[in-house]
Amino acid sequence: MSTSANAARQEAPRGGPLSGAGPRRLGLAVLAAAAVAAPFVAPGLQSQMAVLWVMVVLALTWDVVGGQMGYNSFGNIVFFGAGMYASAVVQRALSLNAQETTTAGAGGAEALLAPIQYLGGLGLGLACAALVAVLVALPLGASILRLRGHYFAICTLGLGVAAGEIASAWDWLGAGSGLVTPLFPEALGNRNRFFCFYFLALAGACFAVLKLLYRRRFGLLINAIRDDEDKAEAMGLPTIRAKVVAWSVAAFFLALAGGAYGNFIGFIDPLDIAFSGATFGVWMILMAIMGGRGTLWGPILGAMVFHVTQELFWTFLLGWHRVAMGLLIVVIVTFLPDGILGWVRERRGGAALAEGRRA
Amino acid sequence: MNALLEVDRVSKSFGGVAANREISLSVPAGAVHGLIGPNGSGKTTLFNSIVGHHPLDAGSVAFDGTRIERMTVPRIARLGLLRTFQQTRVYGAMSCVENMQVSAPHRTAHGGVLLRRVPAAVTERAEGLLEFVGLAALRHHRAGSLSFGQQKLLEFAMALMFRPKMLLLDEPTAGINPTLINGMIDRLVRANAELGVTLLVIEHNMRVVMNLATHIYCLAHGRLLAAGTPEEVRNDPRVVEAYLGGE
Repeated sequence: MSTSANAARQEAPRGGPLSGAGPRRLGLAVLAAAAVAAPFVAPGLQSQMAVLWVMVVLALTWDVVGGQMGYNSFGNIVFFGAGMYASAVVQRALSLNAQETTTAGAGGAEALLAPIQYLGGLGLGLACAALVAVLVALPLGASILRLRGHYFAICTLGLGVAAGEIASAWDWLGAGSGLVTPLFPEALGNRNRFFCFYFLALAGACFAVLKLLYRRRFGLLINAIRDDEDKAEAMGLPTIRAKVVAWSVAAFFLALAGGAYGNFIGFIDPLDIAFSGATFGVWMILMAIMGGRGTLWGPILGAMVFHVTQELFWTFLLGWHRVAMGLLIVVIVTFLPDGILGWVRERRGGAALAEGRRA
Repeated sequence: MNALLEVDRVSKSFGGVAANREISLSVPAGAVHGLIGPNGSGKTTLFNSIVGHHPLDAGSVAFDGTRIERMTVPRIARLGLLRTFQQTRVYGAMSCVENMQVSAPHRTAHGGVLLRRVPAAVTERAEGLLEFVGLAALRHHRAGSLSFGQQKLLEFAMALMFRPKMLLLDEPTAGINPTLINGMIDRLVRANAELGVTLLVIEHNMRVVMNLATHIYCLAHGRLLAAGTPEEVRNDPRVVEAYLGGE
């Protein structure tokens, strides 16, 4: 069907033909520059941009397990919420401590912190969030990643629901009334801009780490698990280890996103914000599938298309926006089953395999 | 006894069906042995029993001096005992080269191995083995887009990539067109002679197995019916009866 394309691919030396690597790198630089400049160009959209980068992280991390490894997880939101709570608890403890030593109390958690105190608390909170998420992901993954197919999917769905219920009943975490995160100090400037850049940096780091991992043996292993796990076992591949690592990498970045998202919103509700299975929990899957699961750029593209169309529908079709969003999803899944990127690649002539991408 | 694979009175039942009943066989290092028997006689079950796919009801299996009947499939594989499947199994969405790269040996498996780059030497060996089985021209094609016969060759090359001590091959020539069969036999012989891989081959094609194996085991109804040289087995009246139906 595409013999010429295949022939060309074989002619091209591995490690990327010269014609491809240069423009690609330039494109990435332009994109990064645009992302950095955007909050200054359109300050009114800063909070939207912050959410967009959160969405990119959600889609990218979902795709590690759901796309590249073929394990459909409906419970990744657990790590987002766990990170959010872990960070908030640490920050609140630290901020109470700080007020006692400086102003002799009386302010409660709502009192203003000095920028250095706030940043220190946030940093430590995020570190703890990542640690907690990975410590939860390791044993959890080692047990439930032995399930396959629908059993795994249903189990993760249960996890997400259970986590939300536990958080809304646990008094130490504020139960149903949630938690307030420490106030953002004005001296640090605009809160939305601050978090916009934080999430942008996080999305960039997530992208870079995944890109690296996919080109290593790890990428080959999780792809092999996706294609035929029994065969991978018969070939002696360390499948359990690869699965747990994939799951933990996703948990790590989700926790860093969740921990900051609580601060960005300023308030943690157990069901609507932390363990928001019906929104973020489902959207991360839709975005990855929409953009093209199992690819590096697909989830990013999916997140952008999803977020922008959702905002447009909100603005112009208020009241019908959910219907419109649902229709869009149906259309994309029906006509572009491999996502936008899969469709583009197919049209470009079966170049679905990046040549020698791990050479 | 200097057997590489020693199967001792292995039994396995599924519900009331005894798929393997006290089967014993041994394959010396460097040998090519055949395993024949009518459909449903328990050949594939025996392979599954050997490689740890399911727990045994009774009996023991030793490979290279190590008892393996309680080990998991990946662990046994890492000892150097691999099997191929009757219905080919390759990683369909990955390219042929990637299928080969991921099959490179990793017996020193620890955490760091995941983060390691695929060494150039591995890619080179992968391409060399693809050449060996005649798939060099298709190396960047998706494995799932290959024909059934080509997938069998790829699966065989993947097994060799692992540098196994021993291969259990489940009908390596079934479903391949007759001209490719000779090529496949030739490669099995060369893998054995040049790479020193011990082979145990399930085969329905009598001509193939008689030419390939120096020693043949025949199963029927889950039992070991006969064993011996190809000549002895072919002339054994019980074998003839099992295949053609008696009474």
